[in-house]
Amino acid sequence: MAIMTRMSDIIIPIIIFFVVGYGMVSGVKTYETFLKGAKDGLKVVIDIMPTLIGLMVAVGVLRASGFFEFLGVWLAPVTEAVGLPSQILPLLIVKLFSSSAATGLVLDIFKTNGPDSYAGMVTSILMSCTETVFYTMSVYFLAAKVTKTRYTLTGALLATLAGTVASVALARWML
Amino acid sequence: MLNMLWASMILLGVIFAACTGRMSEVTNAALDSAGEAISLCITMAGVMALWMGLMEIASKAGLIEKMTRGIGPFLSFLFPRIPKNHPARGYIATNIIANVLGLGWACTPAGLKGMEELANLERERGNIGYQDKKETAFKGGTAERTASNEMCTFLILNISSLQLIPVNMIAYRSQYGSANPACIIAPAIAATFVSTLVAVAYCKVKDRKGVILDSRQS
Repeated sequence: MAIMTRMSDIIIPIIIFFVVGYGMVSGVKTYETFLKGAKDGLKVVIDIMPTLIGLMVAVGVLRASGFFEFLGVWLAPVTEAVGLPSQILPLLIVKLFSSSAATGLVLDIFKTNGPDSYAGMVTSILMSCTETVFYTMSVYFLAAKVTKTRYTLTGALLATLAGTVASVALARWML
Repeated sequence: MLNMLWASMILLGVIFAACTGRMSEVTNAALDSAGEAISLCITMAGVMALWMGLMEIASKAGLIEKMTRGIGPFLSFLFPRIPKNHPARGYIATNIIANVLGLGWACTPAGLKGMEELANLERERGNIGYQDKKETAFKGGTAERTASNEMCTFLILNISSLQLIPVNMIAYRSQYGSANPACIIAPAIAATFVSTLVAVAYCKVKDRKGVILDSRQS
């Protein structure tokens, strides 16, 4: 636990130091280049803004309707059996289809439970260790015009499952 | 897919609220969520701008290119049957590095080009689904394309996530008042390692079992 926190604390400063230092040594105009990149970063955020509004509204509506409580109660036996916080299951399902829709649910969990709660920690780690399955598959295979995907789905689900188990275990250990 | 998902979330929410008598809550939630999305974007804008700025320096300094070359042995291990000088290798390497560094915008284009090149590789290998339409009809084979082992591995690897620093998650966490938003970095790396390890092991086992079926039949 202590090692994990210590490592997490030093990674970002090390990356910043290394990248800027390396840039300086290789004669890059560091500040100007940084500004250009930062501008691109802002563009990325502006691009996802409408998506975020749409999805946060959808999740907000669904939550206010009491649907999640209903689902949570209904699924409690399943989630309790494996030690999964009840909010995580809908997240897992939505995440298979769309990472931006999943983001809406993540923010909802952060808002109601707090990012440092058990559910918040599981969510944070979980979202960092897997990608959306069906979205990625449909976009990538479309590019190659492939229709028979063979063992891709099984492998992807297996990786997601492994990531989920690891997230729960790590969050337990951290708290 | 997302259209269906989004619409059903909204419709389900409103219908459910009508049944439970929570219409006023739904009104507030809809308006509040929209505003909240904007304030979230403002926090995120700072984090993303910082990260992308750093990555721009890394890319200008040739650091990213160097890393791309550095993972050569790893690529040969994962994709032993892609010829060394095939263009697919370069795109796959770029996609993997962009993934590791969390450069979403760089990873999808490279990934899609990589898939196209893998399709070309299948054509070069004489896989029937990948030949020109006329030729296929002449041979009387099906035009349906079957994913090659390389494609399966590439996709599974992408889905298992390779990102080292979960920049978005850190931004979200700080927006919602986490005491230490970055404390998830180490566990996230550990979890990513686990999911990727499982993915690689699975792909290697499957890869060893056999190469694509269609090319053999033809």
